[in-house]
Amino acid sequence: VLLGSGIALAGTMAPDAVRIEDMELSQPLTDTAGDPARGREVFAARKLGNCLACHANKDLSNELFHGDVGPSLDGVAGRWSPAQLRAIVVNSKTVLGEATVMPGFYSLDVGADVAEEFAGKTILSAQDVEDVVAYLTTLKQD
Amino acid sequence: GAGAASFAEPVNDELVIDGETKIITRAKAPEGSPFEEVTSGWLYRTKETRALEADSFENPGMLYVERGEEIWNMAAGAAGKSCAECHGDASESMKGVGAHYPKWNAEAGKPFNLELQINACREANMKAEPYKFDAPDQKALVTYIKNQSLGTPVAIDLDAGEMRAWWEKGKEAYYTRMGQLNLSCASCHEQNNGKYIRADHLSQGNTNGFPTYRLKQANMVSLHNRFRGCIRDTRAAQPKAFSDVLMALEVYVAWRGTGLSVETPAVRQ
Ligand code: HEC
Ligand code: HEC
Ligand code: HEC
Repeated sequence: VLLGSGIALAGTMAPDAVRIEDMELSQPLTDTAGDPARGREVFAARKLGNCLACHANKDLSNELFHGDVGPSLDGVAGRWSPAQLRAIVVNSKTVLGEATVMPGFYSLDVGADVAEEFAGKTILSAQDVEDVVAYLTTLKQD
Repeated sequence: GAGAASFAEPVNDELVIDGETKIITRAKAPEGSPFEEVTSGWLYRTKETRALEADSFENPGMLYVERGEEIWNMAAGAAGKSCAECHGDASESMKGVGAHYPKWNAEAGKPFNLELQINACREANMKAEPYKFDAPDQKALVTYIKNQSLGTPVAIDLDAGEMRAWWEKGKEAYYTRMGQLNLSCASCHEQNNGKYIRADHLSQGNTNGFPTYRLKQANMVSLHNRFRGCIRDTRAAQPKAFSDVLMALEVYVAWRGTGLSVETPAVRQ
């Protein structure tokens, strides 16, 4: 990836163009199908998804320290459809409610006083999100 | 393995420093608090870390107390005075003082923490330069003065001056979601108190141990440094140390920990 997140590439949906309806986002954010293997890396990496900060996940039990701020994601593919999982990762509030502490990973609906280096940017790129969603759909085992 | 996410409650343990000084680590929450009980960050640390704080010979923070005592007795500035020259023996004159900070300062028209009070004494009474934020001597002196209140319950006077307005401002800041991660202080320290965020067991985020010795940094950490670190972790812009917003937060967060003993120098991860 040459460009930072938050910059619309050809074939990429810009964050402010995303429309989540009825807790679903069926249209992928990019033209490139998500890669679950890369999604697994994005999920674990502290500087990318850092999902393990809040979620335990048996598939990544080789990684130390799984948080428990959110529920375990074991078997999450059986609880939510891919379109719902995409909506949760893009902007968790549209599915989990306004009060959730889970960040929106492809949303510009953020908190006050964002630091300059992150202003106007999303936490993950559109492709990162597609990869993570592809990975989540593999988590079938409870 | 899945590591930390196995025990979610603060431990049941008693902190008695050197088998002498009983520390209140659980107290009935002040009226208006979201909690029934306020708990010290000590209860959320590992057995080994807790043991370090219980033994002042092992506590690395005690070196800063010793350094603070040296500075206390050292003349500085154009007036050629030391702190001791005016305040005498700190174990008497400063006993209990740190437990009541931040405190309204009528002359400045704002709350003062110990850092600001010390700088005021340096400028007005010693004709010395104020310390820069987090200068090692500033941390040592604050640690020394706070340590003279070891065991004393935190109690902030909100009736003085405009302290209530500052408390309100602090409360507003505490619940404001900030940064790219869109989290407030309450998201972590209230809603998820007792849970693990990656390897960190989330405490209530009380201030009674500050300055604290942090093993991760192998250094004393001042309160405003800690606040700034937590704010940075939400990917929000970090306010300046001693800025109005951080002073308001200090007033409000210190109040949330009312009744807990001063633990300085606390030992944290
Ligand atoms: C700061 C905490 C935090 C982070 C970081 C976080 N989440 Fe969450 N997540 C939560 C919480 C909390 C919930 C549960 C909903 C609630 O209580 O608000 C949740 C719920 C979910 C759910 C629904 C789970 C279910 O079984 O209902 C999915 C899927 C999910 N998160 C995926 C992710 C992914 C993928 C990432 C990283 C890209 C991530 N989360 C990062 C806090 C977080
Ligand atoms: C020349 C005298 C003088 C010197 C030197 C001096 N102070 Fe003070 N200090 C005072 C006076 C007078 C007050 C109370 C009135 C005020 O707030 O200015 C005070 C107040 C304080 C207080 C607040 C006490 C309370 O009950 O809230 C602290 C803490 C303090 N000084 C620390 C120090 C330290 C640390 C030093 C050395 C770096 C120092 N002072 C040097 C005169 C002095
Ligand atoms: C993303 C999560 C998160 C947010 C948001 C957060 N903190 Fe923290 N904070 C932590 C962690 C982790 C620690 C270290 C473990 C502990 O004591 O909770 C900590 C520690 C602290 C401590 C030290 C407690 C002790 O006993 O040593 C204080 C004080 C504190 N935070 C205050 C705040 C304030 C004030 C805010 C808002 C401006 C805030 N925090 C926002 C995660 C957070």
